[in-house]
Amino acid sequence: MPETFLDATELVLNMGPQHPSTHGVLRVILKLDGEKVLGAECVIGYLHRGVEKISENRTWVQFAPYVDRTDYVAAVSNGLGYCLAVEKLLGVEAPPRAQVVRVILTELQRIASHLVWLGTHALDIGAQTPLFYCFRERELIMNIFEKYCGARLTTHAFRIGGLLYPLYHDFEDEVKAFCDMLPAKVNDYEQLLTANRIWVGRTKGVGILTAEDCKQYGVTGPMLRASGVKWDLRKAQPYSGYEQYDFEIPTGENGDTFDRYMVRIQEMRQSVRILKQAVDRIPDGPITAKVPKVLRPPVGEAYVSIEAPKGELGYFVVSDGGTQPYRVRIRPPSFINLQALDRMARGSLVADVVAIIGTIDIVLGEVDR
Amino acid sequence: MAVSPWEDELTRNLKEHFGEAISEFSIYVGQPFLVARPEAVIPILEYLKLEADFDYLVDVTAVDYPQRAERFDLVYILYSFARNQRIRVKTRIAEGYAPATAVGVHLTANWLEREVYDMFGIRFAGHPDLRRILLPEDWQGHPLRKEYPLTGVDQRWVRENLGIESAQ
Repeated sequence: MPETFLDATELVLNMGPQHPSTHGVLRVILKLDGEKVLGAECVIGYLHRGVEKISENRTWVQFAPYVDRTDYVAAVSNGLGYCLAVEKLLGVEAPPRAQVVRVILTELQRIASHLVWLGTHALDIGAQTPLFYCFRERELIMNIFEKYCGARLTTHAFRIGGLLYPLYHDFEDEVKAFCDMLPAKVNDYEQLLTANRIWVGRTKGVGILTAEDCKQYGVTGPMLRASGVKWDLRKAQPYSGYEQYDFEIPTGENGDTFDRYMVRIQEMRQSVRILKQAVDRIPDGPITAKVPKVLRPPVGEAYVSIEAPKGELGYFVVSDGGTQPYRVRIRPPSFINLQALDRMARGSLVADVVAIIGTIDIVLGEVDR
Repeated sequence: MAVSPWEDELTRNLKEHFGEAISEFSIYVGQPFLVARPEAVIPILEYLKLEADFDYLVDVTAVDYPQRAERFDLVYILYSFARNQRIRVKTRIAEGYAPATAVGVHLTANWLEREVYDMFGIRFAGHPDLRRILLPEDWQGHPLRKEYPLTGVDQRWVRENLGIESAQ
């Protein structure tokens, strides 16, 4: 213990769980030397609802809506991952029409998720306008979801084996109109931020993660790509017919907050590219494979993962041959990416911690499950 | 769908190095996995990382089979960027057995093992910071054990910390 407070060099500062820039209920304990961060410890679990426990008490079909409530700003992606995992156990594949619709909806969801990220991240750093712009465009995606399946946020858009709802009559036109509109809007966001001196000052060189760090910490998604690793599950291990689409994997060089911003901006453009190709080739045919009314996957286990907006989202499912899952493990990208916060924050300033939490793109529903 | 044997260059090398410690190499629904003795798991992870490019630990999790003598399946999911291949390393451990931590091989194992400890009560030997991660530190019980009830709220914790009689 120091003799007087004036001798004290280290300060422990509590940030959250009620803090506007922690994106929910995340508590971070910071050890500071003046304004410099010496270490950051995350306290999580405030939103823990035990979805993995719930899964063992629901049937395979009944559990599907629960996964939407983990990463609730990208519910469609969660649903796709879970459906693919159960389909793997059942040995079923969704028919072509369902696969293309799944790609369209998950790419729309990726854009929506990135828009929420961009708006809130910019707001954290002090730019208010992008938030309103981003939510304006996201609203159009929400409208498409609402028209398609009646829900906007926790959509439960897919079913095991394919889809439940047929497409509404002007679905294609609305998606096309959205694709024509969005690129100009992304340019607008870039005009506000990319060369903005404050934005560059607050993001360049902040929260650096090298490619080696990313692999050590299991960090995936845009964070990994911003560190220069050209890896995307849609290309590496394609699912739902992603191998048929022509798109690029944007990467960064420095692995800092600015590069992660650029990667996500470019991903929105690539998603539009996929959407344009997909919407022109929705084949006719059934929207669901033949699956029995009561699902009893054979005894066994499988791990299936998809490229969710935040990184590798995996489902490890175990069946004992019954109607209920024996175990469902959700591999949450937010939870695992958040672990790197300490590494990224060390040596930076207190104010940068806000930028670093924002750049990880966490959703506490998924961190805590 | 049946379990088929898994045989390639990697399994031959692993057999040569670890011999009897690995009891099974199998593929189910196109996904390869191996079953090893618990004390061999960390050397296997290390070998796979250094010699076979499995440099990304995707996940660590457990499955509870209370009727079995070795009640827990401990599952490590690994991925190799260079090979674009995913494999699983599985082991079976009894109640009270403390498997060695994987933090020395993959830093990401830190939080993953904390979660396994929190949910199943499996203590990892040598873990640098083995505390609960999702539940409060003084919570009683491990929810993902099969005997733990679905609405198994720790009422003592609720009374002491929330100032209400019951959480139900």
